[in-house]
Amino acid sequence: MRPLRYARVTDVEGAVATVAADPDSAFLAGGTTEVDLIRLGVARPSTLVDINALPLADVDDLGAGLRIGALARMSDVARDPRVVARYPAVAEALLLGASEQLRTMASIGGNLCQRTRCPYFRDDVSPCNKREPGSGCAALDGISRGHAILGTSEHCIATHPSDLAVPLVAFDAIVHTVGPAGTRMIPIDDFYLAPGTTPEVEHPLAHGELIVAVELPPLPLAQGSLYLKYRDRQSYEFALVSVAAAVAVEDGVVSAARLALGGVGTVPWRARLAEQHLLGAPATPERFAAAAAAELAAATPRPDNAFKVALARRAIVRGLTRAVEGGRS
Amino acid sequence: MDVHAPAAVPVRGPAEMPVVLTVNGREHVLELEPRVSLLDALREHLRLTGSKKGCDQGTCGACTVWVDGRRVLACLTLAVTCEGREVTTIEGLAPDGQLHPMQQAFIDRDAFQCGYCTAGQIMSAVKLLEEGHAGDDAEIAEFMSGNICRCAAYPNIRAAIRDVRDASGEG
Repeated sequence: MRPLRYARVTDVEGAVATVAADPDSAFLAGGTTEVDLIRLGVARPSTLVDINALPLADVDDLGAGLRIGALARMSDVARDPRVVARYPAVAEALLLGASEQLRTMASIGGNLCQRTRCPYFRDDVSPCNKREPGSGCAALDGISRGHAILGTSEHCIATHPSDLAVPLVAFDAIVHTVGPAGTRMIPIDDFYLAPGTTPEVEHPLAHGELIVAVELPPLPLAQGSLYLKYRDRQSYEFALVSVAAAVAVEDGVVSAARLALGGVGTVPWRARLAEQHLLGAPATPERFAAAAAAELAAATPRPDNAFKVALARRAIVRGLTRAVEGGRS
Repeated sequence: MDVHAPAAVPVRGPAEMPVVLTVNGREHVLELEPRVSLLDALREHLRLTGSKKGCDQGTCGACTVWVDGRRVLACLTLAVTCEGREVTTIEGLAPDGQLHPMQQAFIDRDAFQCGYCTAGQIMSAVKLLEEGHAGDDAEIAEFMSGNICRCAAYPNIRAAIRDVRDASGEG
């Protein structure tokens, strides 16, 4: 592990100024990704600025919506009764991620910024355009069982690993930041950047720009939402396919739908094409399958991960079906 | 840098520096580099070798300790970040010469073979009961999934946890 310098900050302005002043510095929150990647040699900050003392750990009630502080821990947010009642898919996604020890450590802001689990990114040896821009992508012709089938490019097919981010994109969350240039509110759709020709650029944050909160806007539909996760083992594993779904049905017809996918996209994948197909359609498994097929028509599977197309289609149908059963219809 | 920026924040390291750690109720001043993990500080500097290094990447749970009363992974925690916080290890779980009920239950139920994961299992299991997620075996398995046992003593580990749960009314 490379040598590190360390600073502990107690206010947001000091945190931003300290990181902004040093291009080789990075924020340190829960450290569950950061310390791991530093030890692997993949992340190479020279200074860590410890933000855990900042007053950003509360979940604030905005009336109908919620503002989740960036330093709230996964384990606490998952059990917040307002999150459970208003956005159950968020609580479920949090509890289906990682282990309780990691959830106790990991912050919400850090979760949004977590890095891919692509083994070629993490090994610090293989060609990887995300780690070393221009070096190539070993996953393209490598073992790609866990890789993405949506949002890929010829430069990167790494999957975004977050469970939490899946319901967040479904519910149009807003990322609040404070940076050297002031405060920003970033719609989560704009927060995650598909790899394109620049897979090393994963989000629009400037150096020194700090996530201070994630806002969940009012969405009564989300009260009946759910999160399904399919993986190689029953617990403590990243998703092969996951689904966040919320559906409203009136007179047997879908009147509103939110759908997002994890484990299949280079970014947390909002399934807008499927949502469009669902609106006004009969709430039947056949129509759910048709909506899934519409979303997955653009999939770019490789031999190792072609199974994800069928798995995602089935997971979408199951997620929508259960959301109808459990939701307020 | 902007002249209106707040007063500069002190930056420490990368060389060794005094780090004050409170472990099992005792305060220690260690000379540590910032990159030293809490696990290495405990094992290599304080000679508290109960917490084990299995994977050193947050996967196995053998290094599970408590920081401010919550279970965390000591391998992914930098020691310097624990200044001002209370660290508890397996050595501090019960007074000297006594066993915590969970330790006794692990013995009674033969809840280990090689023993390498056991300290982490026990530190996790005690918190599991406090967290209230030991209602049935499926829930115990789910909320203990961050502690891997290569000997697969899981049935006996769950039995030990059930014993303490049933005796204490927790979980």
